[in-house]
Amino acid sequence: MLELILAKYNYWIVIVLMMAGLYVVVARGNLVKKIIGLNVFQTSVFLLYISMGKVAGGTAPILTGKDEVFSNPIPHVLILTAIVVGIATTAVGLAIVVRIREAYGTIEDDEIDEAENQDMAADLAGRRR
Amino acid sequence: MELLIDIVLLGILGITAVAILWTRHLFVATMLSGAYSLTSAALLVALDAVDVAFTEAAVGAGVSTVLMLGALTLTRRREKAANRRIGVGPLLLVIVTGALLIYGTVDMPAFGDPNAPALMHVVPEYIAGTRDDIQIPNIVTAILASYRGYDTLGETAVIFTAGVGVLLLLGRRREEDEEAGTRRPEREA
Amino acid sequence: MRHHLVLRVVSKLLIPFIILYGLYVQFHGDFSPGGGFQAGVIVAAAIILYALIFGIERAKQVFKPQILMVLAPLGVMVYALTGYAALALGGTFLDYDFLSQNDTGGQHLGIFTVELGVFLTVASVMTLIFLAYAGRTHEIDDDDW
Repeated sequence: MLELILAKYNYWIVIVLMMAGLYVVVARGNLVKKIIGLNVFQTSVFLLYISMGKVAGGTAPILTGKDEVFSNPIPHVLILTAIVVGIATTAVGLAIVVRIREAYGTIEDDEIDEAENQDMAADLAGRRR
Repeated sequence: MELLIDIVLLGILGITAVAILWTRHLFVATMLSGAYSLTSAALLVALDAVDVAFTEAAVGAGVSTVLMLGALTLTRRREKAANRRIGVGPLLLVIVTGALLIYGTVDMPAFGDPNAPALMHVVPEYIAGTRDDIQIPNIVTAILASYRGYDTLGETAVIFTAGVGVLLLLGRRREEDEEAGTRRPEREA
Repeated sequence: MRHHLVLRVVSKLLIPFIILYGLYVQFHGDFSPGGGFQAGVIVAAAIILYALIFGIERAKQVFKPQILMVLAPLGVMVYALTGYAALALGGTFLDYDFLSQNDTGGQHLGIFTVELGVFLTVASVMTLIFLAYAGRTHEIDDDDW
């Protein structure tokens, strides 16, 4: 049992961090808070991938002329791309939140729901007349 | 020694994640997410991913925090108090997803295994190719720019598209939007 | 920002070094951790620091958005044109071996050009995104924080 924990503890703790970020996305109503939770989730996913690529006794994948054991460089490449795509998504998401705030006056999703319902009711009433 | 560094850094990350979840003040949450990114950059160095740590520190703790602060000055600073109860549905979803993921890690190779299947096929080829054909020391740059260069082209296009998207959404000033009549009637007063 | 004397003086000293460090990271991406993305974000951070200290209007005069809007797609085009050049010189798309007489020289040239394209796009897009956010009228005054 101790062996199992020692072999996998890194993955398990990172999965707990991922779930914390996911909970913030699902459970909180404030849109900016959701995007912050999404950021936490993404960063923990990066940690999961990089810890899958680590080799015990290895070193950073930079050739120095000595014959040594390297950590797996392919997850590093994938996660480099993922980090930059993550910031792109965050930037566009926050721009949409700013426009929602200007259109509805709020960024809590239940208040936006109410405003939408009132809008639809006003539209229907206007059309029936 | 590495075990100690790992545990301490993961502990700091856990505390920061719980604090982000708990706080109502959005400015505090933004600063904490910058601290989360910086601590995870330190953890990434301990996991031998130096390129990734560099990018994560610059992007996560730098540009991302500035963008969130910019968005905060254009919106509110606090979360609404009524949305603070612990929802049973989300908690159940999170617990089930976490349990499934942990069940999935039982089959994975141990943390730090030098004989993991992921290291067997393409990686020795890339390392030998970087040493003999391309002859540059940084293996990650060689894979990013040469062996997987097509993916990097797509990624550059994605960054450009995000820039175009943000400019379309936020490029015009609010006064121009009001004149164009795209704002709701009740906000004109 | 008239009364933040320390910030203004220190940032005037630091911003050239930050840009220089960004260029160092860009050109040493082959030998140590670094490359196009990291360098682009560092240079964008220097520009954002300038905009924060000296005001958005002055930053827009120094780093004109029209020029940035030309540089952003230019980076993507440089990347794609490297691929097409390899195609025109006899190889497949993005096969750097054909860019020069020997394979290794071609790889070095290809990686250099491609990283330059990535650097241009990342730096200009990050700056444009920040200037777009900062250009809207604010809800909260500076003293309300």
